Amino acid sequence: MSDTPAIRADGLIKHYGKTTALNGLDLTVPAGTVYGLLGPNGAGKTTAVRVLATLLKPDGGRASVLGHDVVVEASTVRRTIGLTGQYAALDEYLTGRSNLIMIGQLSRLTARAARQRADDLLEQFDLTAAASRAVKTYSGGMRRRLDLAASLIGRPAVLFLDEPTTGLDPSARALMWDIVRQLVADGTTLLLTTQYLDEADVLASRVAVIDGGRVIAEGTPAELKASVGGQRLLITLAAEADAEAAALALTPFTTAPVTAHGAERLIEAPVIASDGLATEVVRALDAAGVKVTEIAVRSASLDDVFLTLTGHKAEDENDQTAQAEATAQEKEAVL
Amino acid sequence: MTALALAPVDPSVTTMGRNRFILFATDVWVLTKRSIARIRREPETLSDVTIQPVLFVLMFAYVFGGAIGGIGGGDNYHAYLISGMLGMSLAQTAPGTAVAIVSDMETGLIDRFRSLPMSRAAVLTARTIADLLTQVIGAGVVALVGLAIGWRINGTAGQAIEAFALALLFGYAFTWVGVCIGMVLRSPEAAQQTGFILFLPLTFISSAFVPTQSMPGWLQPVAEWNPMSSLAAACRQLFGNPNPAASVHVWPAQHPELAVVCWAVGMLVVFAPLAVHLYSNKVR
Repeated sequence: MSDTPAIRADGLIKHYGKTTALNGLDLTVPAGTVYGLLGPNGAGKTTAVRVLATLLKPDGGRASVLGHDVVVEASTVRRTIGLTGQYAALDEYLTGRSNLIMIGQLSRLTARAARQRADDLLEQFDLTAAASRAVKTYSGGMRRRLDLAASLIGRPAVLFLDEPTTGLDPSARALMWDIVRQLVADGTTLLLTTQYLDEADVLASRVAVIDGGRVIAEGTPAELKASVGGQRLLITLAAEADAEAAALALTPFTTAPVTAHGAERLIEAPVIASDGLATEVVRALDAAGVKVTEIAVRSASLDDVFLTLTGHKAEDENDQTAQAEATAQEKEAVL
Repeated sequence: MTALALAPVDPSVTTMGRNRFILFATDVWVLTKRSIARIRREPETLSDVTIQPVLFVLMFAYVFGGAIGGIGGGDNYHAYLISGMLGMSLAQTAPGTAVAIVSDMETGLIDRFRSLPMSRAAVLTARTIADLLTQVIGAGVVALVGLAIGWRINGTAGQAIEAFALALLFGYAFTWVGVCIGMVLRSPEAAQQTGFILFLPLTFISSAFVPTQSMPGWLQPVAEWNPMSSLAAACRQLFGNPNPAASVHVWPAQHPELAVVCWAVGMLVVFAPLAVHLYSNKVR
């Protein structure tokens, strides 16, 4: 199995009426890794997951999980996968424990094994105290944890997590991140979709940026960041400083034009990292008579990648809105 | 936390490789228990087959009954009414079936089931079996209210059992219609509405509450071929109650029991495979 990718998709196509949800999607997810599918609402992430999890038949192309075709060998694929969707897929009227036992038995565990596994998972997900309460009394974070526990009950080798932290508060989100890291340490392959750039950055070893139903960039988060210019220099000028003089003084260090924000107090420029860069920049600015309040060199974020790759598309108004929403939600989550 | 997922699966704790029918039956049982647990937690979900039939029986017996002619009034109408009520209260559980299916789809539970290595027909079969159990309760309630207002079983015990069996077969066939409605609609409200629109004429353009002879000529054939009329006539015949349909010379009125079986089997043959097909190929 070592050479077989955990998930492979070749030119997947899916239409809903006149809308094209997938437009030739290609993916290769190595076994034992976390792979991030990053994209705005409507980019095709959920459709991709639904095709890979055998819920949806593609109109074109093919896909396999651990070497088994998702259409032809769907029942074999179902034995190896777990799925956690955007909404907790649980029976509201059953207790947390009954939900897990039910899913366990339907995942082909014996009744006894399902009960044992349910109790273990409730313990590990810190839900033992709530185990005999109906799910409709659970908080959002508890539901997500129970939902994730339900998708793990059959010990899947490949797990699909469709926006696992959308709508969660920061502490619930941090807990989900811990669980994801634990799963990967155990050897599970994870396909994670997210609108949150920091989530993909923190969790995924490789990321595919999806837009309009196809992959527009793929690589490790570091590779993607490098592709949009490596390091960024951020300088906050003193109140009376001359931004134009500062920009001129910075020209020898930068790889692209300097941009200024916030009444030109904050200037930003892509640079090539080198030893003593900050010292030299400060000397050059001092020589030009520019006073500096703050200076920082940081790596490009996936935000930068995302904006560079999708931001220029004028016709994709929906994407822009979705992206704005995603960013807004992200800010809420961080706050 | 250790070994959340990939701890090796001990084959002795799985049911993989067991007989397919046993696996199917286990899945159905697990899911039927789920529906029963729901009823135990919220018994008011049973009001469709408990409070509602009581209200309808009393309303028809004491409000409309006196004005409905052609059967001989009073006690005769009460004896006539119960078989129609039996059909109505069983058939009208179908919209409830549709609502339950749509709700499971909305919450994503159906998606989860579809991603599991379980039998595809089990989810729907379990739903219909749970609803059949509520129909058994409904039939019991109608019979008890009937006895209280003067309805009597005048046939043999065997005939009475046959009548209830026919009614439940008929009701069970309708749950599969409910499943199909649930599979194609997108919201519980829409399922409820559609069910109502379909089941209102089914119940009222029939001999369930009034003899078809009292309807205008152009409507009579519709009512006479309505499966609800066949069920009501079959039960009346078996219970030994007044059955004006006996004098209607069309095939379903003359052979009501056979007609009920034909209707029920026909609906099962069409709607059960259709429901499973819709389930397997659900687009969203």
